[in-house]
Amino acid sequence: MNHSDKDKAHAPAALVEVSGLRVVASKDDGEDVVIVKDVDFSIARGEVLALIGESGSGKTTIALSLMGYARAGCHIAGGRIRIGQREVLSMDQAALEGMRGCDVAYIAQSAASAFNPARTLMEQVIESALNHKTMSRAAAQAKAIGLFRALALPDPEHIGARYPHQVSGGQLQRAMAAMALITDPELVILDEPTTALDVTTQIEVLRAFKNVVKEIGTTAVYVSHDLAVVAQMADRIIVLRDGSVREVGATAQILTAPVNAYTQSLLAAAVPAMSLPTVPVSSHAQETVQAAQQEPLLRIRGLIAGYGSPDSKGLPGVRILDDINLKIERGSTIGIIGESGSGKTTLARAVAGMIAPARGSIMLDGVPLSPTLAGRSREQFRRIQIVFQNADTALNPAHSIGRILSRPLAFYHGLSGQAMHKRTVELLDLVQLPANVINRLPGELSGGQKQRANLARALAAKPDLILCDEVTSALDTVVAAAILELLAELRRELQVSYMFISHDISTVRAICDDIVVLYAGRMVANRPREAMMAPPYHPYSHLLLSSVPALRQGWLEQVSGRTPEQLPPIGEVTESADICAFLPRCTMRIDGVCNTVPPRRRNMEHGGEILCHRSDADLQRMQLPLVPVEGVTI
Amino acid sequence: MKPAHESSASVTATPVIAVKKKARKGRSWLGLIGLAIVLFWLAMALLGPSISPYDAGAIVDVDVFSGISSKFWLGTDYLGRDMLSRILFGTRYTIGLALAATLLACSVGTAIALFAALTGGWVDALISRVLDALISIPSKMFALLMVATFGSSVWLLILTAAITYMPGSYRIVRSLAVNIQTMEYVQAARARGEGALYITCVEMLPNMIGPVLADMGLRFVFVVLLLSGLSFLSLGVQPPDADWGSLVRENISGLGEGATAVIMPALAIAMLTIGVNLLIDNLRGKRARKD
Repeated sequence: MNHSDKDKAHAPAALVEVSGLRVVASKDDGEDVVIVKDVDFSIARGEVLALIGESGSGKTTIALSLMGYARAGCHIAGGRIRIGQREVLSMDQAALEGMRGCDVAYIAQSAASAFNPARTLMEQVIESALNHKTMSRAAAQAKAIGLFRALALPDPEHIGARYPHQVSGGQLQRAMAAMALITDPELVILDEPTTALDVTTQIEVLRAFKNVVKEIGTTAVYVSHDLAVVAQMADRIIVLRDGSVREVGATAQILTAPVNAYTQSLLAAAVPAMSLPTVPVSSHAQETVQAAQQEPLLRIRGLIAGYGSPDSKGLPGVRILDDINLKIERGSTIGIIGESGSGKTTLARAVAGMIAPARGSIMLDGVPLSPTLAGRSREQFRRIQIVFQNADTALNPAHSIGRILSRPLAFYHGLSGQAMHKRTVELLDLVQLPANVINRLPGELSGGQKQRANLARALAAKPDLILCDEVTSALDTVVAAAILELLAELRRELQVSYMFISHDISTVRAICDDIVVLYAGRMVANRPREAMMAPPYHPYSHLLLSSVPALRQGWLEQVSGRTPEQLPPIGEVTESADICAFLPRCTMRIDGVCNTVPPRRRNMEHGGEILCHRSDADLQRMQLPLVPVEGVTI
Repeated sequence: MKPAHESSASVTATPVIAVKKKARKGRSWLGLIGLAIVLFWLAMALLGPSISPYDAGAIVDVDVFSGISSKFWLGTDYLGRDMLSRILFGTRYTIGLALAATLLACSVGTAIALFAALTGGWVDALISRVLDALISIPSKMFALLMVATFGSSVWLLILTAAITYMPGSYRIVRSLAVNIQTMEYVQAARARGEGALYITCVEMLPNMIGPVLADMGLRFVFVVLLLSGLSFLSLGVQPPDADWGSLVRENISGLGEGATAVIMPALAIAMLTIGVNLLIDNLRGKRARKD
């Protein structure tokens, strides 16, 4: 590989040099497992190096070892790490403490848990500068304000006086970057800094990071599982798997001409739409013709759910879901997308009967379902199954896989003995799990296997509708792609319908026939998949689509982003619960209309309906020049 | 990085080095001691009366508070009765009462806790506050009241100890149940249409049995100490029967002479409680490691 020569070429100037790094973890039974195997790399001054790999590939372990740190149960067993003039592995505790947070800074995945809720942002941001006595309090505060500005935080002079809960998740993540950069570290380690964020927030944070890194010329290690995100940030990429390096190369080379087979599979899986077989549209079309005569499988009318003391109309004070109307035909898949807090999970739970809606009806085959669990029949339970997001907690850790799968068989179908065993094995086969997992506990399975078992339990009931709540979001890309493929296959074979809930628009577009976009509990768009391929979109759908990072360099610079100040100005907003919820972020809002009149649900020419004042032609005219919306094309 | 290196790294199987952990071994060793002590006393509770050298009530020595001798292994008490026999006979009372009281306290506490956690709302709040009020009554004082009102009997002692320690058990199980209830596997069972009994017994209980058992062991120790304390205050098992606490009390006058009669039953109490504690710590360690 030619990059090894390149490595040697810039080796003298390299800020960081790692050779033969070896990290060992001790298992419970006293055995040691090598989790990082003889890893070598170097980072030049001012370079951004990405460590990419799926969970368990050792990327975070390597990043932490750059600070001379190994997590509990692990220790660095060998190798050399040089940062500037320092030999990290031969430093004593005091020297390491002097280096950490001062010369080498760390930005963690979850800013929410990295900040102390009882202290203001400013105190925490300048803390490391004061601890390491690199500057006076006044100088540190002035510098922090400068960083806040560079990171595009609103009101940089005063945001430091706020507490962590008073700023948004994306802002907190940027404040953490300020915390890391306050001491002018030689090396910054970013550990999945945007993974926990919504796409629309992620793009803001990425942009801020990128600007700061460019401005200050920091050397950085960017740890991520997401190739598209890394493509925006990194100069060079190291692909890791099982603790060893698979491929090293410049970002452009890794993205366009990967040499290693594993890198190629990662790239393939990063675009689920491409790897998925196309859904048989013809059969679906037939279904719709039939459905014209009969009731859809599921119909939701005027659903309102929430919590808090009821208002004068008897509606909940805080509405999580507001006026949801949708239907799911037999054998079709409906996708529900929206950011966290938009009410996606609540919708699934309301359909499953676990949350009683305040208003509205849910009908299965034209028969109204009881809003509570107590009023539903066993047959109704059987027909609607829910698959939870976390297979880790959705499977009872005390029960074997066999027992977990056989319960619905006995409960709904009255199977026992040999027949039950036979069906259990069939189910395992259906989700492509080996039959020997039948006696294993969930804790002994991998994440992907657990999600398959989770799915098999739902299938055991022979349901008509499966509610999939973010079933792939906790999985690695390659595994997630396999699960999606399985879902599509099961749908063809068993004619089940899905309500597929996700925050990932590209996943939803890959497998769903209809796509519902939720924003703040309201359905802002409900459109067939084909209509979601080209403008016009609802302004929020468009924001979502254009926020998904494309798998190429330079996307971040091209994509049009607007800060709140750049949005079209609007006057006073009328106090009404029905005013468009997306108004504060909308780039296409109209003064005098959007802020005073509640939008009406209207049909679009290209199919589906949206909740927006703008006409199709308007939307199209404004959105067309704003493409490319790529990385999500099917 | 060179290509050759990459291929070699990918074919090498994960090197596994077996390392014995001394600390872990030490812990299981202590656990075995605990288990041995507990098994020993359980055996004594069952076999004690049949293998004891003398009858517990028989005055067999003219000398009172005699020391250890080949005839009387643990000496004699204030009336000249054989201490070994008296301790062996007392084992049944001490362990039997404590076991019964503990089982009662934990099973009732667990049942109420599961009911409260599952029902939630005001029912949960009411039960919790009532039991909190019960915790606030000092246990010795409560026992004193009970004995003063109803007189001392074996059943009353069991009931008193059970009532005293039930709220603690309730608290622990309820907090576990509230957490487990929100787990998605319990949600999944609810969405499947399962009844409350199935959810509690099959889905929830197996996942909380570890902490519940550990808590039960601790509670057993507390009950032994409470009953011994009550007996020491003459409120427990009444003469001529005697549990270990009573044995300490009846022979307290011999303390000045350094009589074995007062030390031996006290040692027995200490040994049992330490044994149970060692065993629990080890059980807990195993569970924790499994998780």
